[in-house]
Amino acid sequence: MYPAGASGRLELHIKHKSYRAAAGGRLHVLGELSMALEKGEVAAVVGPSGCGKTTLLRIIMGLDRDFEGIVSLPADCRLGVVFQEPRLLPWRTVEENIQLAAPRANPAALNALFARLGLTEHRLHYPGELSLGLARRVALARAFAVEPDLLILDEPFVSLDAPLAERLRGELIELVSRRPVTTLLVTHSIDEAIGLADRIFLLSASPAHVLADVPIEHPRRSRSVDEIAVVANRIRNVGNSAY
Amino acid sequence: MKRVLHFGSLILLLAVWIAVSHLIGERLLPEPKTVALALFDEARSGALTFNLGVTLLRVFASFAIAMVLGAFIGLFMGRNLIFDSLADPWVIVLLNLPALVIIVLAYIWVGLTDTAAIIAVALNKLPIAIVTIREGARTLDPTLDEMATVYRMSSGARLLYVILPQLAPYLVATARSGLSLVWKIVLIVEMLGRPNGVGFEIGAAFQLFDVTRILAYALAFTVVMLAIEALLVQPLERHVSRWRLRPA
Repeated sequence: MYPAGASGRLELHIKHKSYRAAAGGRLHVLGELSMALEKGEVAAVVGPSGCGKTTLLRIIMGLDRDFEGIVSLPADCRLGVVFQEPRLLPWRTVEENIQLAAPRANPAALNALFARLGLTEHRLHYPGELSLGLARRVALARAFAVEPDLLILDEPFVSLDAPLAERLRGELIELVSRRPVTTLLVTHSIDEAIGLADRIFLLSASPAHVLADVPIEHPRRSRSVDEIAVVANRIRNVGNSAY
Repeated sequence: MKRVLHFGSLILLLAVWIAVSHLIGERLLPEPKTVALALFDEARSGALTFNLGVTLLRVFASFAIAMVLGAFIGLFMGRNLIFDSLADPWVIVLLNLPALVIIVLAYIWVGLTDTAAIIAVALNKLPIAIVTIREGARTLDPTLDEMATVYRMSSGARLLYVILPQLAPYLVATARSGLSLVWKIVLIVEMLGRPNGVGFEIGAAFQLFDVTRILAYALAFTVVMLAIEALLVQPLERHVSRWRLRPA
């Protein structure tokens, strides 16, 4: 069920989600799982690989409706999604890709977005001519171009080299702080989660449930190394006792 | 280099033609010169243009019907398992029905009209178009589909920018094989039940064993179809694949 939530909150209560396995029988992916996000909050979902994080995102995006439970999205929710792969249309230029997803975006805002992400000179390139890092950036630009009410990122920086991933993380923080948007980020890197999020949901191995809901007090920019280490330790302890 | 070879190969073809003509006699295979003169005569009387025009119209009408219907039915079959299972036996029956049976039945049921002729040709091409486009529809990328859903693209934009570009190679392949198949069947349809067109002229020439006329019309129409391929189909193909990286 997808009732429109009040006041821009994202709230979900999943009771059960399973797949029909190819070999017969059913694969139990998600157990009892609840989480709520306030408007403008950035949350990270961290968990071991194969624990059902992508399934969870697909349910929230409305791509998978075969589950037991309730998801309530902000009213008239506009989604901005950065998938694990960039998922650009190879036969459209960078600019056209973004305009197709956000036909009502105003040109000045688009120009600013392109400039901020360093895409201005690539506007007329086709996705096949871009490096993975640039393609990821286009996917990020597309998600922001629709001015989303809910931003969903599924391991958006995976398989990039460390300095590039770091740069893109910085750009993401910059974009989110310019225009606050309720954000759900899936990652397997605890450091990335702590660097970006206001709170962290730690998931168990499959069938996933929420092991811990860790709020992070300080604003992103002023997080000290010590504080990050403390939170990281806390999360690793919960993780170790669970898996 | 390639052009020189092509040209040389054409000259060789003409040489072989002349040689064989001398070997078996003008009556069975007239020389290129004789055929060219006959072609010139037909052109001057206006009969050539008229017959080519009529045949081309029939070719395009039946080709367009088969392509549009085939694209939609094929796309739908590739995307919908229930419809696919329901329609599959029909497609197989149509695929294996001889062209001649479809043509004769169309003339009997609809009458000796252009409508019957065009329907008969379109029905011959339709199942092949459906089967090819269905294969294309089965290879559509579900991840792009999800992207379009998440970003709430309109169904028009989806068809135009997400689905059709993925089907483009299949559509071009269908158009290519379709055009050559359709014009061959149109000639038979004309020979069997139309009072004009290239097929009718060839049929009439056959009654008189007039090989010169047969070759003149066949040659003229082949040139027209080659021109369509070079001036329409190939540029279209280049246009739809312009985004692909060219090999360096």
